[in-house]
Amino acid sequence: MQTLSAYIDGIGLLGPGLTDWPSSRAILAGKQPYQAQPTILPLPALLAAAERRRSGALVRLTLATGLEATAAAGVDAASLPCVYTSSGGDGQNCHEICQTLASDDRHISPTRFHNSVHNAAAGYWSIATGAMTPISVLCAFDASFGAGLLEAITQVAADGTATLLTANDTPYPEPLHRVRPILDNFGIAMVLAPTAGPNSLAKIHVSLTSEAARKLDHPELEHLRLAIPAARSLPLLSALAQHEPTQVILDYFEHLRIAVDIAPC
Amino acid sequence: MKPLLLSHFTTTSCIGRGLDQTLEALRAGRSGLARCAFETVDLDTFIGEVAGLDAVQLPSHLATFDCRNNRLAQLTLEQDGFTAAVHAAAVKYGPQRVGIFIGTSTSGILQTEIAYRKRDPETGALPDDFHYSGMHNTFSVADFTRRYFDLTGPAVAVSSACSSSAKVFSSARRMMAAGLIDAAVVGGVDSLCLTTLYGFNSLGLTAAQSCRPYDASRDGISIGEGGAFALLEHAPEQLDNDAILLLGVGESSDAYHMSSPHPEGLGARMAMQAALDTAGLSPRDIDYINLHGTSTQSNDAAEGKAVTTIFGTDTPCSSTKGATGHTLGAAGGVEAVICALALRHSLLPAGINTRKLDPDIRLNYLLENRSQPLKRVMSNSFGFGGTNCSLIFGRAD
Repeated sequence: MQTLSAYIDGIGLLGPGLTDWPSSRAILAGKQPYQAQPTILPLPALLAAAERRRSGALVRLTLATGLEATAAAGVDAASLPCVYTSSGGDGQNCHEICQTLASDDRHISPTRFHNSVHNAAAGYWSIATGAMTPISVLCAFDASFGAGLLEAITQVAADGTATLLTANDTPYPEPLHRVRPILDNFGIAMVLAPTAGPNSLAKIHVSLTSEAARKLDHPELEHLRLAIPAARSLPLLSALAQHEPTQVILDYFEHLRIAVDIAPC
Repeated sequence: MKPLLLSHFTTTSCIGRGLDQTLEALRAGRSGLARCAFETVDLDTFIGEVAGLDAVQLPSHLATFDCRNNRLAQLTLEQDGFTAAVHAAAVKYGPQRVGIFIGTSTSGILQTEIAYRKRDPETGALPDDFHYSGMHNTFSVADFTRRYFDLTGPAVAVSSACSSSAKVFSSARRMMAAGLIDAAVVGGVDSLCLTTLYGFNSLGLTAAQSCRPYDASRDGISIGEGGAFALLEHAPEQLDNDAILLLGVGESSDAYHMSSPHPEGLGARMAMQAALDTAGLSPRDIDYINLHGTSTQSNDAAEGKAVTTIFGTDTPCSSTKGATGHTLGAAGGVEAVICALALRHSLLPAGINTRKLDPDIRLNYLLENRSQPLKRVMSNSFGFGGTNCSLIFGRAD
């Protein structure tokens, strides 16, 4: 079985009751209680005023977590190729367009339309940071985090380049919420690098497996893991927070999962 | 990069089902664009519609995937023996060692648009026969393809607007190079829907007539629908002379604007140069460029500047979107297959509909088909959000 390796040099995290990586670390390590509360989305300071005001949840998640991860890694965000993955697009924007198209006046705004592309948040990331590097923009429904992790680790392994992985999900409003219930906004970003650096948190070895995905002992965090596709990353984050050598199995597809061996630096 | 073999490929668009019809249309200089009479759309524009999609029947166990996009995917897969080739690859390598990488921007959003018109007047609920994961979600077409072939390996939809199905080659290349898979089904499928037709119209980018890429009086795009698939394998030592190889891939981001290209084509230039670098080639090694060539004022001007900066003004080039329309997320895949046909049949396809070239863009733009042996060609795909991808294909001989 092929195993691919990378160093994790920085993490960004934003979700219900999780406001950033440093403060979430103690919660995920079980040293502090988890308190569920709606995700708080900061305004993206790097965007121009008009874009900042109009920015949707997905853009805010992507920028906040991406910048947190690159700052923690001590790297220039503009220098990194990026893997962007989301289990859907901007749900609110999609709803507004479908609603308009179902009405008597089908005039949709140009901004709504260009924000309808799955890569809109990735586009704003490159505009905000000035990154002219390649961005892979992916979707694999509930397997989206796993797909992003594989894309990022193959970039590190095949091309020997550091990469920013960012996985983000936002809820749909009704009526789509009923057929695709995503609990809340959740974003995770990680800088993966081919060699160890001064800020490396851990070395990971990634391979495919048929073993069952790891559940979280904490019932509320386990609920989160299942209720938001990007939160399928939580077992990995929890293991990183505990800072001990271990293996976690991450959810990907039915019968195909991702084994991550973690060696803290 | 190590060249990869396109062991099988196929495409279906408004100019035909499969390779023979596509080649015949290109040879005849025939456009598949026609005045829009799609669904309930009331826009004065031309589109490239694939005939017969309503009659396509998905296998009964995939009924929850039934939407225009997946019907187009299946119709495309059924041409040119492509299905048999993928089944053979699954036997040869094992179903977990064949990856799936499909580019799409629309997915089955048309189904959601229709479902919104059928919302329950009391509760606002979508109709019971609407299945989000199989019809709406961006991953739907990749998931459909995966289940259609019973493949169990890595699978993903790449969705970076109009560069989507060019960038699938890059994702597949890396996963093959990293050793996680031995072969990849790559492709792109996008189908007509109200979001793209009314959306591009709202941006003032849809042409009233058939699009005329690089024409002095071009006035916008013609939206088309299409599918394209290729089976990528590691190149064996012995290759047929007319075997088609993926030689180079280059990607970049504009970091400029969500829906306008960098005016100097800086990102486009970086993608083309990166493709040349990964292939170890210089600009004079490229015999033909299939331009992104959407036929909007700004896109063609920016791409023209980027191409002349790298290639000068001699390299023959054209946009085939006058024939197929702009198939959006499928464009990179459709045009990759057109490049493969060009290489295999020594055909430099003309840009259809274009009559008087824009004098400000000094390219060797082909207004008539040319027949001459080709060794290496480039295909450009640039998308909203500033995602750029250039591919280089070549013959083995």
